[in-house]
Formats: sequence, structure tokens, C-alpha cells
Amino acid sequence: MTPIPQVAPLRPSPKLALNAGLVIFVVLYAAIAVVQPNYLEPGLFMNFLRRAAPLLILACGQLYVILTGGFDLSVGAVATLAVLAASILINGDPDATWAVLGTLYLMGIAVGLVNGLVVAFLKVPSIIATLGTMLLVNGLALAWSGGAARGDLPENFRNFGRLVWRDVWLIGSLPLAVVVLCGFVAIAWWGLNGTVYGKRALAVGDNPRAAELAGTPVAATRIIAFVVSSISAVTTGILLGGFSGVSVNAGEGLELQAIAACVVGGAQLLGGRGSIWSAVFGALSLFALFTLLNLMGLPQALRDSIQGAILIVAVGATMWRNRRRI
Amino acid sequence: MKLKIILAASVALACTGEALAQNFNDPAEFKKQREQLSMKPQGPEGKPWAQHLGDGMVDTAKYKKDGPVTLCFSNAGVFNPWRVVGLNNLNAEAELHKDRIKELVVVDAEGKDEKQISDIEALVSGGRCDALIVSPNTTAALTPAVEAACGKLPVIVFDRGVNTQCPVTYIHPVGGYGFGITSGEFIASKLAKGDNVLALRIMPGVDVLETRYSAAKTIFDEAGINVIGSEFTGSDRAKTKSIVEDYINRGEKIEAIWMDAGDTATAALEAFEDAGLPYPVISGEDQQDFLRKWQSEKLTAVGPSYPTYQWRTAIIAALDVLDGKQVPGPEWVLPQPAITEDVLAEFVDERMPPLHYSLCGCQELPGYPERWGGKK
Amino acid sequence: MSSNAISMEPASFNHRKGLPIAAVLAILSAGFFVVIALATGESAQLSLQGIVGLLQRMVALGLVAIGQTFVILVGSIDLSVAALISAVAVLASLLMQGDPAMILPAIIACLGLCLAVGLVNGALVAYGGINPLIATLGTGLIIQGVLAASFADLQGAVARQFQVLAYGGMLGIPYSVLLLALLALAAAFILNKTLFGARIYAVGGNPDGARLAGIHTERLVLAAHVIASLFAGAAGLYLAARLQSGTPWIGRDGIYDLESIAVTVIGGTILAGGKGGVAGTLAGVLLFASLDASFNMLGIDAFLKQVLRGGIVIAAVAIHAVRYKGHVA
Repeated sequence: MTPIPQVAPLRPSPKLALNAGLVIFVVLYAAIAVVQPNYLEPGLFMNFLRRAAPLLILACGQLYVILTGGFDLSVGAVATLAVLAASILINGDPDATWAVLGTLYLMGIAVGLVNGLVVAFLKVPSIIATLGTMLLVNGLALAWSGGAARGDLPENFRNFGRLVWRDVWLIGSLPLAVVVLCGFVAIAWWGLNGTVYGKRALAVGDNPRAAELAGTPVAATRIIAFVVSSISAVTTGILLGGFSGVSVNAGEGLELQAIAACVVGGAQLLGGRGSIWSAVFGALSLFALFTLLNLMGLPQALRDSIQGAILIVAVGATMWRNRRRI
Repeated sequence: MKLKIILAASVALACTGEALAQNFNDPAEFKKQREQLSMKPQGPEGKPWAQHLGDGMVDTAKYKKDGPVTLCFSNAGVFNPWRVVGLNNLNAEAELHKDRIKELVVVDAEGKDEKQISDIEALVSGGRCDALIVSPNTTAALTPAVEAACGKLPVIVFDRGVNTQCPVTYIHPVGGYGFGITSGEFIASKLAKGDNVLALRIMPGVDVLETRYSAAKTIFDEAGINVIGSEFTGSDRAKTKSIVEDYINRGEKIEAIWMDAGDTATAALEAFEDAGLPYPVISGEDQQDFLRKWQSEKLTAVGPSYPTYQWRTAIIAALDVLDGKQVPGPEWVLPQPAITEDVLAEFVDERMPPLHYSLCGCQELPGYPERWGGKK
Repeated sequence: MSSNAISMEPASFNHRKGLPIAAVLAILSAGFFVVIALATGESAQLSLQGIVGLLQRMVALGLVAIGQTFVILVGSIDLSVAALISAVAVLASLLMQGDPAMILPAIIACLGLCLAVGLVNGALVAYGGINPLIATLGTGLIIQGVLAASFADLQGAVARQFQVLAYGGMLGIPYSVLLLALLALAAAFILNKTLFGARIYAVGGNPDGARLAGIHTERLVLAAHVIASLFAGAAGLYLAARLQSGTPWIGRDGIYDLESIAVTVIGGTILAGGKGGVAGTLAGVLLFASLDASFNMLGIDAFLKQVLRGGIVIAAVAIHAVRYKGHVA
């Protein structure tokens, strides 16, 4: 509770944020290229992006919530719900795909609204509120499917994760998932930089009381952030289902990865600082790290340890940088 | 500084841990299960869930109880499709015996050892149960609770065991070595010396899974087949597909895929499709999606099983015990068939969901196929 | 029990108008259990043995949650407890190997490990300025990774005599329940009756004010993390005794990290710190235990159970949080 409200929200320095996440990513990707030189080929880079796309999109959504000072732990469950619901509702009928996609987004928006309303009006801290919806949504998804995959996803749905256009000019191949990714990032960027929403989100995250006094609609800002996050989770679910098909654990553990990605990219937890590039390059860095550890053939378990250590170091380094700047 | 201390301590721990690693490669058990695989089962023809291997029987006259009975079942959880199918089997089997079973109480431990212990204690102290069926979450952890329950009522354990002889009988199929032998020998027979096989496994440290791998590895080593990698998928389809893609991208030649469970087999195969490569030789399991793909793409494949029909056997055993009949024991070893090219068509059922386990022995049970998520 | 906190905090809640959260929650939870037991005809669950069974369900989560209460009170959080519980349970069975002579050395080694982890967590948060969520998520991942890498196929067991902690008792009450009660009382005493406790509330309620008042806030945050780790260690030791041997996954499978935070917040301790207490936390733990037991009696399916639990977590926090006038995130 800062005694003197700062009315002017802190503007992030977009250049700096871009540099931090980008540098980590470039270093990690260079390391990948050393271990496995053909990752420098455009085809494999596109494949890397295709596989990173779900986490990237999820991180962009999570960033909205983090900017406003909250967390969204329900996204993994929402992604799982999207996969299971798609498979049950479409049930192998390609004509149903588009209508079902609409339904999935409606479900996502509903979960986002619940999260936002509970946080904004019932005053439940977001970490608890979204923990609750995580349990709830996961339980609903499992109860609906009976605990195991059901139904079937037709090819036009699977294309979101599998279709790759070959012989594309300049880049060689282009996966549909990468197109979806670019579209989503562009919209998310526009939302924060092309509208008034970005400033409001930063203001709310920095100091909600001050933002309110300055006339910012705090509750609406919060609720929109959760809705955006849920929409990103549904999109992630669609890509995951497309990539590898139906499973009951499609979104498991993604929520913490998305939060970690934003933080590695330089976004500040509890709000006030960050840009869409924090999410993008943070997620790319994290995914490059996973890929690198895989390629190096380390035992699976130690990969967790290294991930943990990197997380601490990345955040520690950001802290240290910021302190020096002050 | 402090981090250094912790790291040093961790490394120290890691070293001692290595030395005390449990041995999942027991040649005697390997040999025993290999023999059991070819043994002729005793019991009713065509009903593998009521059959058994070997001769041991236990007398249960002292547990005889007339009239309607209450059966209690402490379930480790329904955290994977295998257990989902199994629980449906168990419930359906109980429905067959409506006249004898007054009530079937099922409590779910959600995969938590500690909760399962409390659940068992509550069932026993509740005093309603005439017999207790336990599917333990972990072998060692559940031993004391099962021991305590044995003193009060007849206990039947299935799937994973417990470290005590006190239950009336312990029901299980041949076992992990058997699974690894069936799949390993098939792949070895299709590959040439020096060929590469990629092993995809769910997770480390689970006895029933580790033994599957150790048996297959023994066979691969003997046949001179090269295991180029052993990776853990966590039953995650996306992860499975990514792992296989990574191996393909590295330029590794993969002649065969060996899996310790088949639930992500189709995801592994998709990686080959997406890369435009021919399908490898593969060992999966008895899941519908894998069998359908096998049939439609004419794969060179085998489907070993860890049959879910053992969940039926648990109810049958409990009722036999309360009838005072002799039951196979102290271990009731069920046959563990594998699906091969010849019998594939019998097991494909388009009505069933993708992860339905075909060796459920449930086709004649009430509510088939809807109870298992199938279409009429 | 949280009277000290109230005197230190600018009033935004007013506890004096009604019963404290802890009492209301405890009464509701117990009442729910009794009603369900009577309604399902499971009257045996209301016998001494049944109630002891209910209390035993509280022990592991209760121990972790008391520790979590300390860190949350200073405005921090600890996500590493689940991994630490697994580490302690594994270490205990590894060192004992069934030998009663090794009980004491094993306990000392386990608590030593907890002390070290607590110090690292505390140092990262208090002196490194790293957000506690990320810091403890990181240390948790490190511990979990090392554990899973080295002990995936561990064989070892605690000494039979050590299992008395989980299975023995006096006058029909298990030692483990007595241990929980004793440690809870000690924690409550520390928080309410000592200078250290008052400072914990002060640091969480108003860190700048506390600093101006000459309190070494960093040291208190560090101390709170050490306490949380030690309590997690106690839970790990109890689980090792109860399960005979530790596996590297018991903490994660038990979801002790998120559940301990949830029960603490349900019990009225606010995440920003400075307000709350052990009594509320224990009431939250009782709620979870009686839900577990009641859902069993009702025979509710595992997935529906998850849905209900999610709804109840939100509702339980909303009931007292909604009166809060400020903003939460």
C-alpha cells in the first residue's frame, strides 16, 4: 500500500524489454544450433515455432493478467477443456468444426468472465480464484468425457496443428500454426499498444487505487484481462489438439510455464511492467531451453532442475538490472 | 554460497541414491513370466477374467457369509484411461450380481497414498463392509493399512500388490516382464541385427512399468538391436510426438518404436506421417485408436496387454470368498494375451472411443458399449 | 487468535461484530461432516474411531499449512513445500533403512535439509528481491528434479519404531494428531504472545512502517521461510512414517503446495500479509478433511468431486473477502 498514489503509470521501455528477452532467446537458439546445426534451416526453425506456438499464445494471454497484477492458473485446464470439448462435439464430422470452434470460444469467454467477476467483485485473490476455476474446469472436462478421450477430431481441425505449406517463397515451409501464432500476437500487441487498454492495464497493475482515482475502470480492465487470457487458452487448446490429437492431459502444467515465460521475458509479477514482447520472447526462450535440454539428452528429471535454476537466475538478473538503473 | 551447500548436498544424495537403486531386472522373475505366457490357463473357456495360471488355491470357508453383502472398494484413482475402463468393468460386473450384492461402496484416493490409507481405515472402522477390494496406489505405502484391514475382514488386492501375504488373494495378470517379453520378442523378430529401436516410456520408477522395459531391453541386447533412446512421455501425446520428431530431425534412423504403454502410440506414428516417412515396426497396447490405425495402415505391429478385465476378477473373487468357495491364491495370476495380426479384426470396434482398452472382457456386460463411452 | 493482528492493522475487516472466521469455518465443516454421516447412515463415522480418522486426515496438510501461514503472514509465499516434503520423506527412508538406531540422525539430517532450503528460499526472497512465487517455484523444481533423477527407483524404508508416529497413540488419540495440536499451539503462541510474532504481523501488514520502526524485515522474511520449510519437513517425516517409505512424488501427488495456500487463505489469512492466523488455517484444513470424508460417504464420483472442491474454494474465500473494501489482484 503505497501512501502517495502515483497517477502517471510507468511507461515500459519497449526497446529494453525487447532486448532482454530477445538476447536470452538468441543465445539459447545459438546453443541449439551448435548441438544440432540443422536447426538453422528455415524448415526446422518453422517447426520450432510451430511447436512453441501454443506456449507463446498462452503467454501472451497470461501477460494481460500479469500486467493488471494478477495470475491466471486456470489456463491449462481451459486448454484441456477445449481439446476434449472439440473432440466430443465435433465427433469426427468435418462440417461441425467451425460451429464448434465458435462454441469453444464462448466457453472460454465464460470461464474468463467468471474469473474476472470473482476477482473484481468478490475480491478473491486471483491466485485462489483461478486455482478454484482450474479445479472446476478440469473436473467438468473430465466428468464430461468420462475421464478418457472420447469422440474424434476430423482433419480440418487437426490442420491447425499439422498442416504445413511446402515450397513457400523465401521461408521454405509455413505451418498453419505459425500463421495463427502471428495473427494472435499481432492482435494481442494491438490490444496493448493500439488501444487505450494497454495504459489502463499497466495503471491498474501498478496501483489500482491510484488508477481508480484517475478514473480508470479497474473492474472492467481486470475482467477483460481474464477474458483475453481464457481466449488465448482456447486457442492454445485448438493448436494442441491439432498437433497431437485428443488427450485428457493436453494442457497440464502449462499455466506455470506461461507465467514463467512472461517473467523470463521481463514482465513484473503483481503488475506494473511488461510488454507483449516480454511474453513472446520469454516463451520463445523457455521453449528454446526445453528444446536444448532435450537435444542434449539430459535425464528428464534434471531438466526440471535446470529450468528451476534458470527461472531464478533470469528473475534475479532482471532485479539486479533494475536496481542498478535506479 | 548457500546454494552451493544445497547443490553439494543434492549431489551427495544423488550418488547414494544411485548405489541403492532398486533392481527391476530380476532374471528369475523374467523366466517365470516367460513360462507363464505360454502356460495353458485353467478355468472356463473363453472367459479369461475367470481363468488362472498355476495350481495354488486357498480355502475361504471361514469367510462364508449368507444373504446380501456389501462390497467395499478402495481405488487408487481414475487418473488414466486404463483405470477409467477398469472401473467401468468393475461396476458392470457388480451389476451382474445384483441379487448377491446389496451395495458396492467405491472410494477414490485421487492418486494420493495418504488419502488411500485414510480411506481404507474409514471403510474398516465404518463396519459396513463384508469384504474389501483394494487397488493400491503404491505397493509399500499401502502395506500397513492393508495389514490392519486383514485382521477385520477378507481383503482382495489387484493390479499393484502389497508387501504382505495377508490378503486372501492378489489378482494380477502375468506382469511387466511378460509385457516386455511379448513386445520385445516381436520387434526383435522383425528387425535385423544392428537396427535401431526407440523406447517410449510413461515415467520412471513405477515397478510395473520398469519391469516392462527391463525385459524388452534384455531381449534387444541379446538380439543385437540398438536402443537409440529411452524417453519419458508422461502419457502426453504432444510430448510423445515432439520427442519422435526430434529424433527424426536429428537424422536418426528409427526401424522400430517400442512402448511401455500404448496410449500415445498413434501420436508417435503421426510424427512419421508428418515427416513423410514410412511407418516403423511398433509395439503398442490394446487401445482402439492404435488397433484401428494398425488395421487401416497395415502396420507391422503387436499389441501386448495388461488386461483391464482384472477389474472384473476382483468382484468375482470377492463374491467367491464370501460364498466360501476356493479361489486361486495367494496369487491369482490371470492370462495376459497379446493382440496379433491374426486376431486384430476381432478386437477393432468402431463404436468405441479411441482409448478404449479392447481386452476389457466387457462385451457381454450390462451397458456395453455406452457405459464405456461407445456409440450404440 | 488473530486479535494481535487486528490491533496492528487499519481496520478493514471487523471481526468483533461476529464470530471469528476460524470458529465459523470449523463449526460449518464439522457440522457438514456430522450431517452427511447421519444422512448416509454412517453413524460409525461419529464414533471416537471415526472422528480420529477425520483428524488424521488433517495432519499432513495441517503441518504444511501452519508453516505456509507464517510465510503468507509476512507477505511471501512458498511453492517449494511439495517438493521438500518428497525430499524429506525420501531422505528419511534412505537414511533409516529400517534401522531404529538411525531414527534420530535421519530426523536431524532431514531438518537440516529443510533449514538449508528455507534459508535459500528466504535469502532469494528477502535479500535477492526475487518474487517469492518464482523463487520458490524455482527451488521446488530444482529439488524435484534432483530427487526424480536420483531416486526414481529407490528402495528403502523407515524403521518400524518410527512408524509409531503415524500408527501409535495414547488414549485412542494418535501421536500424529497430538503432534499437530502441539505444533499448532506453539505456532499460535509464537504469533500472538511473542515479540517475534508481533513483528511477523508488522512486516506483512506494513513493511515500510516496520522498517521505519527499526525492524529488520529481511531477517523476519528469512525466518518465516525457514519455519515454513521446517513445518514442511515435519509433514514429510510424518508421511514417511505413515507410508513406510518415501517416493519422490508424494508431495506433488498430494498437491501440498497449492492446497496449503488455499486452506490458509480460506482460513482468513490474506495473501498481502499481516492478517490472519493459525486457527483459521486449521479450520481450513478441517474443511478439506471433512469434505474428503463426506464425499466418500456420499460416493461422489472423482471428477464431480474436483468440480465441487473448486467451487467451494472460491466460495469459502469469497464469503469473507467480499467485505474487503480495497482492490485485490
